[in-house]
Amino acid sequence: MAVLEQKSGIQPLRFRKTLAIILQLAVHIGSALPLLWLFYAVNAGLMGGDPVKELIHFLGIGALRLLLLTLLVSPLAQWLSTGQLNRLRRPLGLWCFTWASLHFTSWLALDLAFDWSLIGGELIERTYILLGFMAWILLLSLALTSIPKLMRLMGKHWKKLHGFAYVVLLLGCWHFWWSVKSGWMEPALYLAAAVFLLILRRRKVVHWLGSFIPAPSRPR
Amino acid sequence: MLIKTKKRGDLTEGSVTPETAYLNRRTLLKGIGLGGMLAAGGAHAGLLDFLSPDSEERETAERKALQFSPHSPGPSLTLTPEAKAINHNNFYEFGTSKTDPARNSQSLKVEPWTLTVEGEVAKPGKVDVWQLMAGSQLEERIYRMRCVEAWSMVIPWIGFELGKFLQRFEPTSRAKYVAFETLYDPGQMPGQKDRYLGGGIDYPYVEGLRIDEAMNPLTILTVGLYGKTLPPQNGAPIRLVVPWKYGFKGIKSIVKIRLLEKMPPTTWNILAPNEYGFYANVNPAVDHPRWSQATERFIGPGGPLSVTRQETLSFNGYGDQVASLYSQMNLRKYF
Repeated sequence: MAVLEQKSGIQPLRFRKTLAIILQLAVHIGSALPLLWLFYAVNAGLMGGDPVKELIHFLGIGALRLLLLTLLVSPLAQWLSTGQLNRLRRPLGLWCFTWASLHFTSWLALDLAFDWSLIGGELIERTYILLGFMAWILLLSLALTSIPKLMRLMGKHWKKLHGFAYVVLLLGCWHFWWSVKSGWMEPALYLAAAVFLLILRRRKVVHWLGSFIPAPSRPR
Repeated sequence: MLIKTKKRGDLTEGSVTPETAYLNRRTLLKGIGLGGMLAAGGAHAGLLDFLSPDSEERETAERKALQFSPHSPGPSLTLTPEAKAINHNNFYEFGTSKTDPARNSQSLKVEPWTLTVEGEVAKPGKVDVWQLMAGSQLEERIYRMRCVEAWSMVIPWIGFELGKFLQRFEPTSRAKYVAFETLYDPGQMPGQKDRYLGGGIDYPYVEGLRIDEAMNPLTILTVGLYGKTLPPQNGAPIRLVVPWKYGFKGIKSIVKIRLLEKMPPTTWNILAPNEYGFYANVNPAVDHPRWSQATERFIGPGGPLSVTRQETLSFNGYGDQVASLYSQMNLRKYF
């Protein structure tokens, strides 16, 4: 009994539950509201005479920010010793995938008008577009395997697969860097943030990288 | 400091600033009480202007009606709506987003404006641009405008031929090139003051043409569009339009023209020589290293998200008038 009390800590259980719900709601509202605003802004002409480029850029930057936030969660949880925070990773990651999908779809539909031969050509020839596409494919596989049942089913493979979030982060920054006409400073800020997050979890990253090296066969 | 810098490039805040808007859009914003909320969201100079009492008058720069001879009948082109042409601009001196120029340039002082012509000319001189406007036979030219970023517009410009204008200064036989320079005034142009806002470009913006390109009758110095003087975001009070070249050759708010013996440096070429050449002729066969130039998105009438993707024409459709200028050149090398 005494042990239990100690474990539940300073905050009563109910308070922590409420806080968890509030945080979850904040993630959903914070991720959805800008999309509603975007819808309004495009229709009200707030994005200039031709909103397409702005729209695509807005969605891409948003996806990158959400990914950074997703990867900020576990260092933050560790720092605050609040494991509960880790529950925010799944909704944040899924929202990141949603934004990235909208970014990709608007490029397909609004910029290239579903001209498939052009789309194919751009994907093959333009490195920055290929980088973005690869990042999206990875995000897609992470989103598909985020179902809790599948997570248990996949066991340690799940962790291995979801370590690719680090790759997506770097691909995303690289994609951004190469997509701008000039002004490397904004993408550089994102890259710096990404590198910072990777350094924070350097042990995890090294461990994840190590999981791809086949274990040496033990001598008999 | 870091956070502030980040905020400046933030599209969310950048796009919401009400200063771009026409009066009706403003009324709409006020009507639903968004104005205050949006103003509270950013650290932009433009947003602070919005709070100052005299911002109502400064909101959109005054544009005067011009006298001009209308465009002679040619191929019938669908015009880009005026509202789109003046709210979707590349003018990095006022910020790198497409909506920045319309928002940040409205207080640019365009009157008086002196244009200096010097270099390899017998009679160098300074011209008062507004006197020039009043005393010139202005004509309307409806041209295709193809941006290097693969979007295009059709715009009714008002101006006069650069070649005829340059003749007045009597170019010498050594005048092989023409160099142009935009106003350098960091006090008025926030992108020149702040490297981040200005996209990392070394200002003033400079451009250039070969003398035969400058003398081609298609090349015009432009003082207006859609029947009125240029708004600041489109390069008031005087800019260059070279319809068979990518839009960035059309240097804005020109203060100096120099005739030279040697090829002058040009801004985008300095910044990324492998991506932007001196010639920058519209050429669907030569791609930008990072995107295709074979097609373009035409910004025409229709809703905000209506999409028209069309084939890009060689020399932007003006090949019969200009292709001969480059007959001896490998356009893949001299892109």
